[in-house]
Amino acid sequence: MAANKTERLLNLVICLLATRRYLTVQQIREAVPGYDAGGEEAFRRMFERDKEELRELGVPLETGSHSHGEEDVGYRIARRDYELPEIDLAPDEAAALGLAARLWQSAPLAGATGSALLKLRAAGVEPPESAGALEPRVGASEPAFEACWTAVTSGRPIRFQYRTSNRPAPEERRVEPWGVVSWHGRWYLVGHDLARDASRVFRLSRIVGTVATTGPAGSVEVPPGQDLRGLVARMASETPSTSARVRVRHGAAWELRRAATTTTPDGAGWDVVELGFSDPERFADRVTGYGADAVVLTPADARAAVVRRLEALAR
Amino acid sequence: MIAPQDQLPRLLALVPYLLKRPGVSFSVAATDFGVSEERLRKDLNLLWVCGLPGHYPGDLIEIEFEGDTITLSDPQGVVRPLRLTVDEALALIVALRTLAETPGLSDPEPVLRALAKVEEAAGASAAPAGRIEVALEGEGSALPVVQDALTRGRRLHLRYWTAGRDETTERDVDPVRLLMVDSRSYLEAYCRRAESLRVFRLDRIQTVTILDIASDPPAELPSRDLSQGLFQPTADDTVVTLALEPGAAWVADFYPCESVAELGDGRLVVEIRTRGSAWIRRLALSLGPSGQIVSPADLAAQVRDDARKALTGYAE
Repeated sequence: MAANKTERLLNLVICLLATRRYLTVQQIREAVPGYDAGGEEAFRRMFERDKEELRELGVPLETGSHSHGEEDVGYRIARRDYELPEIDLAPDEAAALGLAARLWQSAPLAGATGSALLKLRAAGVEPPESAGALEPRVGASEPAFEACWTAVTSGRPIRFQYRTSNRPAPEERRVEPWGVVSWHGRWYLVGHDLARDASRVFRLSRIVGTVATTGPAGSVEVPPGQDLRGLVARMASETPSTSARVRVRHGAAWELRRAATTTTPDGAGWDVVELGFSDPERFADRVTGYGADAVVLTPADARAAVVRRLEALAR
Repeated sequence: MIAPQDQLPRLLALVPYLLKRPGVSFSVAATDFGVSEERLRKDLNLLWVCGLPGHYPGDLIEIEFEGDTITLSDPQGVVRPLRLTVDEALALIVALRTLAETPGLSDPEPVLRALAKVEEAAGASAAPAGRIEVALEGEGSALPVVQDALTRGRRLHLRYWTAGRDETTERDVDPVRLLMVDSRSYLEAYCRRAESLRVFRLDRIQTVTILDIASDPPAELPSRDLSQGLFQPTADDTVVTLALEPGAAWVADFYPCESVAELGDGRLVVEIRTRGSAWIRRLALSLGPSGQIVSPADLAAQVRDDARKALTGYAE
């Protein structure tokens, strides 16, 4: 049965591509095999579903009429709207495309890339296999990703429950989405928070449950000149504002040693390293994991933050 | 069974694809479309009963088979593939822009030329591309050396920091490939010391030297599917249960968790798989009072012990 449906849809596309005139529903019924069985009512329902399916695939169905009568409304597919324009890639350009096509690691983007490549191949492009280059991969495993992506590309406002570390329960946010940004391996949504009347950045992994659309497609207007990446960068990264001295055992805590501006030997088997940080609590998170192999000497607030963590654990 | 909504777009691409490549073999076409040869045969059997209204022989899509080759001689008007949808256009355009903007990845010049051509072909579908951005982290100094060894097929000597055990080791490796997952770059290489395939984070390579020995990884290496991320849990991992206060909820974002349960008031209980205990002990130490190991009990006791030892460093 499924094969019959594909056959009918393919014949419908070929038929509507071939015609210059708008074909009425009755003309289509006579021209395309598979519509003849069953009564008028069944045919109409079938044709409605078929139109919907073709539009979802991106087939541009044009409706129009050659006269003023309501009954004469018909369909056709304009070739210039249907066909992918000519595209001719040089070998190094095709190689770049092949590398780019391996970027997306997860659905839905990996799927969209696959079907885009099929179309480009059909247009004559031949992306080569991997050639030993560094292959970047970007995942999008956050459950909210697909809904946020679609809201952004279609320009629809959304609402969702959002979890923050300083509040006990998730809270509802209503947002006009401006864009989605992957910053150093994580996805963020940037948009206008309606309740706060200000631009906000949301981490996709903190969105709880479903993302609901609250308005029609195209109703979000993105103010011009928004630096999406800059907004995310300011939220996601911290610049060091002060520096700490940490006593580090030889061969340990390389991550701290690498970030150090100076390293001075301090007795047998130990060094003192100096490195920048901005928030003493976050700095303590970074150092405490090294246990007895790293001891914060100064400043006092960072040292106290480490001791507080260790004392709580030692009880 | 492939659903018709998958088969139709494939057929609409298959017709112009075959038109461009007279005499293409079944195996090449099947590989390009990511389907089995049997599936491809079914597709072709469907194609040649389709065509223009009337459906007399001259109206149908015409395909000739000779040996293992396929030649499509009459496409009945389906001469070009369908335009790219918004999602398809954006997936390619954002990926190309990401390559062009990340220094050290590849020569940006052909990437930018390909980008311009894809944008042009995508037309209106490319319009929302400015609303999606991907910023990857920059590269460490090891990258050019590793790339050089890969292209020349040389063995490498690494000084490498293993974060989990906080230890630096030296080893010879035969590089297999470079990859970047979630913004971090990795070298996959056959480790001569461990005699198995290992993944090394480039930013944790302390020093790297190219040896005057040809790289010689075993021919039969298991091909790793990295689509689920680099950390692939195995049956002998320990499952650790952690209770997280709201301030440590980021752990659930940051590490792949077996399960995440909400306790209310922003508190979470997560289960994490881990190989060896060193890594999870360091995580528990760094979380302090906002993260507590619920089980296994001996691991919780070890962390208590680690904390007591560490406190002696602050005694004076």
